[in-house]
Amino acid sequence: MASTVDARGLSCPQPVIMTMDEIKSGTEKEIIVLVDTDTSRENVTRAAKSQGCEVTHISSEGEGYRISIKKS
Amino acid sequence: MRLKNLFSTRWGIISVGAVIGILAPVLQKLGNPGNMGICVACFERDIAGAIGMHRAAVVQYMRPEIIGFVLGSMIAAYAFKEFRPRLGSAPIVRFVLGVFAMTGALVFLGCPWRAMLRLAGGDGNAVPGLLGLIFGIWIGTLFLKKGYNLGRTQKTHTAAGWVMPLIMLGFLILMLIFPQIDGQEKNDILFYSLKGPGAMHAALIVSLIAGLFIGFIAQRSRFCTMGAFRDTLLFRQTHLLSGVISLIVFAFIANLILSQFNPGFEGQPVAHTMHVWNFFGMTLAGLAFALAGGCPGRQLFLVGEGDGDSAVFVFGMIVGAAFAHNFGLASSPNGVGPHGIAAVIVGIVVCLLIGFTMRKKIA
Repeated sequence: MASTVDARGLSCPQPVIMTMDEIKSGTEKEIIVLVDTDTSRENVTRAAKSQGCEVTHISSEGEGYRISIKKS
Repeated sequence: MRLKNLFSTRWGIISVGAVIGILAPVLQKLGNPGNMGICVACFERDIAGAIGMHRAAVVQYMRPEIIGFVLGSMIAAYAFKEFRPRLGSAPIVRFVLGVFAMTGALVFLGCPWRAMLRLAGGDGNAVPGLLGLIFGIWIGTLFLKKGYNLGRTQKTHTAAGWVMPLIMLGFLILMLIFPQIDGQEKNDILFYSLKGPGAMHAALIVSLIAGLFIGFIAQRSRFCTMGAFRDTLLFRQTHLLSGVISLIVFAFIANLILSQFNPGFEGQPVAHTMHVWNFFGMTLAGLAFALAGGCPGRQLFLVGEGDGDSAVFVFGMIVGAAFAHNFGLASSPNGVGPHGIAAVIVGIVVCLLIGFTMRKKIA
């Protein structure tokens, strides 16, 4: 099971804060982050990589993106 | 998989900082005020003067750079399919943050961009300003850690995302219909300055093209001076900070080449030496930018992407500029205005209240 972080409609830096919280304290190995701007997509991807996580997949979903992150 | 956005890389953001750092001193050489090749706060203040919202005679000019920032960003947003009309994240709060962000910036006399350009021009008074800015942003990060947020935006009509860019286009058209007449302070509806910083400007077309270009690349790179310090403090992430450092370094080099580097504290252009209020003015501005999620430049670029909340923040800044000059809050080279200190204190109290009371667990 993957946990889902819904950061759609939230502005900087909320999507990154929520993603970091999930990476640090969540129990699931896989995290799905939903965002709705390209800036958030870039920021979340950059933040995940900086935490040593792997961004396994990014796909368009609705008006935004679905980012799959795998914790190391 | 989509094309990689080159501007979002480390070298991309460094290049954008370099371009801004070089263009600002060049614009100064071509006529813009001292250490004010580009200043988002000052230029929005000049726009408030141009449309008569305040009547400070020395700061009235419809700055084409600001118009260019919004329209250049919008062109980039459309070209790369990033125009996403959205609004509805506590607009009235963003308006108030805009008002006090401008108040703080005008006590210091500059937005974060100008603080850096002042430093790169040798103005030592910029140092307490920049330290205050970082202090204010740091306070903002404490609120962010505690869950501060203004809630989600909603998707809206495309036309709603066009409102602010169209207003900017309207400003440009007004400027073309009612250009400056030599020796006259007003052409029918637009005010112009006959002396002072408002009378110093590069040619309209030069300012506009520079603004469009910077707007375009800044939208692509997400350049943000507040985010630079916020991300460093909050996440130890220096991506945006590298752009800001690049801006300072390249502006410094450009100033040296153009003989615009004059180190010192006294007699610096459009600056005062009251260090405490340079510090606290920018503390207020930094806190307001952090709570609103972007520096004044970034807010303009977000407007170009269709962000209606940023548009409200920008209007807050323009109205704040009118308050600042009408109520004697803005500083001058002689020092802070008669009510500047009171306004900074009120502003910090209001921003702290916003930070303490607007926490919500996001569903």
